[in-house]
Amino acid sequence: MENSLLHNPKKYFDTINPAKETRIASVAEAGQADVDAAVSAARQAYNKVWSKMPARERGKYIYRIARLMQERARELAIIESMDGGKPIRESRDIDVPLAAAHFFYYAGWADKLDYALPGMKAEPMGVAGQIIPWNFPLLMAAWKIAPALACGNTVVLKPAETTPLTALKLAEIIRDADLPPGVVNIVTGAGATGAAIVNHAGIDKIAFTGSTDVGKIIQKALAGTSKKFTLELGGKAANIIFEDAAIDQAVEGIVNGIFFNQGHVCCAGSRLFVQESIANTLLRKLKDRMETLIVGDPLDKNTDIGAINSRDQLNKIKSLVKIGINEGGECYQSSCSLPSKGFWFRPTIFTNVAQSSKIVQEEIFGPVLAIQTFRTVEEAIEKANNTPYGLSGGVWTDKGSKVFKVTSKIKAGVLWANTFNKFDPTSPFGGYKESGSGREGGMHGLSAYLK
Amino acid sequence: MEVKEKIKKTIQKHTENGHSVNGSTVINKRIPVLKTYKLYINGQFPRTESGRYYKLTNRDGKVVANICRGSRKDFRDAVVAARKAQEGWQKKSAFNKSQILYRIAETLETRKAQFAETLMLQGYEHQAAEQEVYASIDMLVYYAGWCDKYQQVFSSVNPVESSYFNFSFPEPMGVVAAIANQQSGLLSLITTIAPAIAGGNSIIVLAAEKYPLTAIDFAEVLNASDVPGGVVNILTGYSKELHTHFSSHMDVNAMMYCGNNADELKTIQTNAALNVKRVIAVKDIKEESPYRIMGLQEVKTTWHPVGI
Repeated sequence: MENSLLHNPKKYFDTINPAKETRIASVAEAGQADVDAAVSAARQAYNKVWSKMPARERGKYIYRIARLMQERARELAIIESMDGGKPIRESRDIDVPLAAAHFFYYAGWADKLDYALPGMKAEPMGVAGQIIPWNFPLLMAAWKIAPALACGNTVVLKPAETTPLTALKLAEIIRDADLPPGVVNIVTGAGATGAAIVNHAGIDKIAFTGSTDVGKIIQKALAGTSKKFTLELGGKAANIIFEDAAIDQAVEGIVNGIFFNQGHVCCAGSRLFVQESIANTLLRKLKDRMETLIVGDPLDKNTDIGAINSRDQLNKIKSLVKIGINEGGECYQSSCSLPSKGFWFRPTIFTNVAQSSKIVQEEIFGPVLAIQTFRTVEEAIEKANNTPYGLSGGVWTDKGSKVFKVTSKIKAGVLWANTFNKFDPTSPFGGYKESGSGREGGMHGLSAYLK
Repeated sequence: MEVKEKIKKTIQKHTENGHSVNGSTVINKRIPVLKTYKLYINGQFPRTESGRYYKLTNRDGKVVANICRGSRKDFRDAVVAARKAQEGWQKKSAFNKSQILYRIAETLETRKAQFAETLMLQGYEHQAAEQEVYASIDMLVYYAGWCDKYQQVFSSVNPVESSYFNFSFPEPMGVVAAIANQQSGLLSLITTIAPAIAGGNSIIVLAAEKYPLTAIDFAEVLNASDVPGGVVNILTGYSKELHTHFSSHMDVNAMMYCGNNADELKTIQTNAALNVKRVIAVKDIKEESPYRIMGLQEVKTTWHPVGI
């Protein structure tokens, strides 16, 4: 806390390595008093320093954070993979560089905000309370902190209880970057700590990334208050493969869409729609490809799929897969071997499922894909939109006009054509419908932190 | 005697504008035709399915009209109509939408005297009534102009690091439900309808309890201005009854509240969480801004590969 690492908490909780089921560290559990202290530090820093500072200087601090992250990239990647279970190849090549790039991108916005919202005087909101999930711990911290700071806000951020370590490392980096005390405050803890942030009267804005269920609770809790909020919630993305798609490339895209980060991705392509004429071929190729996926030690560079983030999540995935089988779905899993200790789940696909199947409707947040077929473009669009979610979607075809026909009709915030799960600091991200409200990333991500 | 006297007086009253032919009186004062005010749903004017009504009185306490007291079912019917109409409306070209909004302004301009009169009948002072009508027409023209411009202002081509053409642009949220300000007879309707439909949404608006006449008259203007049925639906009734149904409907994407009742707003915001509805509390109904349009838009980002 308070840029940071000063605290004398009464309680601690353990964070474990999900690949080994061993304790990595004990982390402070912030109570109401700690959240109060963090909010008051953030308020003071906002009033006295951060909102008063010339925007260009603010930007320079944020650039410093980006640079220090790049310097300590290896350390951050290893901690991320140990604490969260994701393959080192992903934390090294995606999470950490993207997180640093986010700070770098938004740093440059700090003194250019008047160009972001035409006709409006850009003004910060004040103190932002931010709650992030366990699937991309450092990257989500960057998505939250970087635009907030660039817009002149101060923050109180809570990482998820199963993955607090990289956020605390980031706090160390922010301290080393000499940011004024109180500008960034990290409080660790579980749901109760999050609730203390959401309900805190000293906070002006809540930014939350997590499940739709919790997002709804937060939205409800904020009713009748003057707090602004942005929510980035769950998804059940359709990945649509047309018969004219480059099929091998599409198989890679399907694998990346659902098995990237063990499927712990809110925008994962968890519903696959394949045009009937190529369904058999594609399914065979997909199964062959799944056999080559290596599930195991997250710190091994050859690993494709790491450990499931926690025992709770593993149980949730198992129970949904069981429901899928009970509902008549045909389940296929790769035959890979799994380590004896740790939380693991084989890459899994379901065929013979209906639109009404639970595994087609509900977010599983694991390496489990539900496959359906379609005949016409219209049918694919209708099926894709038949969900309360609307975060992302994918289209695979060789025909440009078909790409735009489909992407323009799918009600979702991010559409990938002939690719999936691509991210960039300049590219806005966020959902329609029950997948949340507001955007993060790009120019559009600034309005979440400006009045 | 008394009865005879009464009859005589009545005849006199009715013959003030009449004349006498061969000693018998010809009554030729014209009896005005009174208008029945109904709801506006799916481009049609149905009565409330509930059969309920409330009395609208003028300043002297005289009943001016029986007004439909819209029900939850009326609202649900309107949402079905709005959902069905939305895609077609969104698909119309921006230029076409712009012309239709401008057409609404034109139609309203030709009926400005009628609207001012009806506002006065509902309690407006003469000058305030005229000003409200002018402000409403001008606001329609303002938003007509935005229909084919806000996308350009709020879109971006994003310079991503990898080899993709990546762009973001606003799209309508879908179906919007709105509750008008209780102190405004016309402008409050325009301030909800114009930005919603300029951005390709369809909308259901609940008119102010005190000003249902102008609201239904305005529905006739919409109906005569090439606005497809179902794109705008206008209900009359009680905000205190309907705000819970508006905000808890699962097929409504966004909700605009122009009222001043903090309890109603809180209930709306609470119910909105059921399906993560966006809630916009409109504080100043006179405000004209493209951000009003953007408040009812989602930003969609598309990644398209470059190269083969």
